[in-house]
Amino acid sequence: MGATLFDKIWSRHRLTEDESGKTLLYIDRLVVDDVRAPQVLKNLERRVLAIRRPDLAVVVQDHSVPSFRTHTSLGGSQFVDATRVAARRHGLRLLDVGDEEQGISHVVMPELGLVLPGSTYLCVDSHSPTVGGVGALGLACGSSELEHVLATQAMWVRKPRQMRFRLEGRRDDGVYAKDVILHLIGRLGLEMARGVALEFTGELIASLPVEARLTLCNMAVELGARRAVVAPDEATFAWLAASPHAPRADVGRRARQDWEDLRSDQDATFDVDLVIDCSELAPQITWGTTQAQVASVAGHVPDTAARAGLDEAVWQRALGYMDLSPGRRLAGTRIDRVFIGSCTNARLADLESAARVLVGRKVADGVRAVVVPGSRAVARKAEHLGLRAIFTDAGFLGASRAAPCARAAAARRSPPASASSRPPTAISKAGRAPACVPIWRARRPPRLPRSRARSAIRVR
Amino acid sequence: MEKFTSVSGAAAPLLIDNVNTDQIAPVQFMRSLEPDYETALFARWRGDPDAPFVLDRPCFRRAPILVTGGNFGCGSAREVAVWALAAHGIRCIVAKSFAEVYRESLLKNGMLPVVLEPALRADFEACVVAVDGQAPFTVDLEACRIDAPDGVTFEFAMDAGERMALLEGLDDVAMTLRHRSLIEAWERQTLHDRPWLQQVGEA
Repeated sequence: MGATLFDKIWSRHRLTEDESGKTLLYIDRLVVDDVRAPQVLKNLERRVLAIRRPDLAVVVQDHSVPSFRTHTSLGGSQFVDATRVAARRHGLRLLDVGDEEQGISHVVMPELGLVLPGSTYLCVDSHSPTVGGVGALGLACGSSELEHVLATQAMWVRKPRQMRFRLEGRRDDGVYAKDVILHLIGRLGLEMARGVALEFTGELIASLPVEARLTLCNMAVELGARRAVVAPDEATFAWLAASPHAPRADVGRRARQDWEDLRSDQDATFDVDLVIDCSELAPQITWGTTQAQVASVAGHVPDTAARAGLDEAVWQRALGYMDLSPGRRLAGTRIDRVFIGSCTNARLADLESAARVLVGRKVADGVRAVVVPGSRAVARKAEHLGLRAIFTDAGFLGASRAAPCARAAAARRSPPASASSRPPTAISKAGRAPACVPIWRARRPPRLPRSRARSAIRVR
Repeated sequence: MEKFTSVSGAAAPLLIDNVNTDQIAPVQFMRSLEPDYETALFARWRGDPDAPFVLDRPCFRRAPILVTGGNFGCGSAREVAVWALAAHGIRCIVAKSFAEVYRESLLKNGMLPVVLEPALRADFEACVVAVDGQAPFTVDLEACRIDAPDGVTFEFAMDAGERMALLEGLDDVAMTLRHRSLIEAWERQTLHDRPWLQQVGEA
């Protein structure tokens, strides 16, 4: 019987099994973020444990970094400072605020070529499976487990069931990876892939750029999956060849040859194997309070709880929060905020797609629109391609400084900028709002320098 | 790691599904390097004088057992959502199911995650609701059994390795480093076969 892509990565990293059937897996790359680093590194010192392979860990400042320069004093800086001190003390590679390579972990690690096809990657973040977009196995854990892996470079994991989604059909213009995954979540539910290792394949995947595959694997988490992978192909190899730290020369050629085998064998079997036709797929909108409350852009809010597949109480709460009536047509719904960013949608291809829509247009009155590139490199390239000018001319608030991704709950509870009593609505195709917004922006609107503030004035 | 053998006390019912880590420990309380976990715990659900949160009712203030629904601890991987419950004195959570990362973090903190057979669950939940904190339950990991105040017992299954680690309070790092030679051999072999995995960012 053939092996799946997941089987292959698993068996390459398998060290041993325990009596109860858990596997000890070698972990190739560790990310320690700025929320975890101060405490985790201090705990290791307290336990008198050495970091086994400091050269395989990367400390990334991303969760507490303020997007807007004016917001440095609001509390994140103590994490940033403590992280910097701890990383230096332990001799760890640090992607620090202001560094050219800094950004959101799951954006920068593949982008820099620091996580590679067929490798294992661990981070205290539920969206670690993002790196499956380049054929790496991303694993999530808690802080204590991170301590254990820093000290041992290995993790006990039970091999999960495996699922394959074969996505067939061609995408229309205006349909992106985010639409594909929201459609799947809406159709299959938040628990469809609970705990499984998921492989995406098929005609549609082959047509997706690498960045879109990262988006897809990122949100597979919202299907319940804890691991998600796409087999690397020519597009992956070309994308990685352009990254600054991917292997080159002889080692690069050997790696490339090795990666050719990172695909499921013809006769590999899965516990669940679905073929999903995506040829009719339209852009998707989440209308409620979870990612599974989703409809196509031409669709309607369901007219009953039963049609929405929800309990009456959940249904009422979602409608109430969003101030929507049953059966309402979604097109034409007023939008309060637009956010483009986060580890889901902050890569260059995402910004390019949005900019194509924005050229020559303005953000409507009453809409607060924010774009936060996922990394310094994305911001640099966006600037170079003239995208930043397109966003600011359109009336977006842009933050090129950093790439945050946390503290969303606080954001949801802040009053909307319009000072209405209603919570901000999440109807936005662009980002995973309100699940990820720039951190400090949530507490108070940014006071931009004069020149930028002018560019943010909306003109119709 | 802290040992877990058995615990006795009130069992607090929070019988809802999909309680996520941001509900357990809201992120806005984590803006300090040393947050007050006890204050953070379920902060958004507490403080309504007309509808006191279950853990604020006098009979559950020191409850060591929490009884809850499916997919408990879903959402963000943050372990503070475990530490916040520990700060309140919770040692054992009986749920319909757990989010995986959360369950693993409980074990790492010497806390016991219990999932009862579906056939027993409804009876157990009804019993917890009926007792309403007026008498203690006992969770015994050695016997893998919960004793209700009326003498009824509920048995549960537990992975043998996880059970042993909790009972003995084993040090996870020391346990894994028993395999140090395997790890070193893997690294030597991989440096030879796939050097790009063992050398980060060297072109």
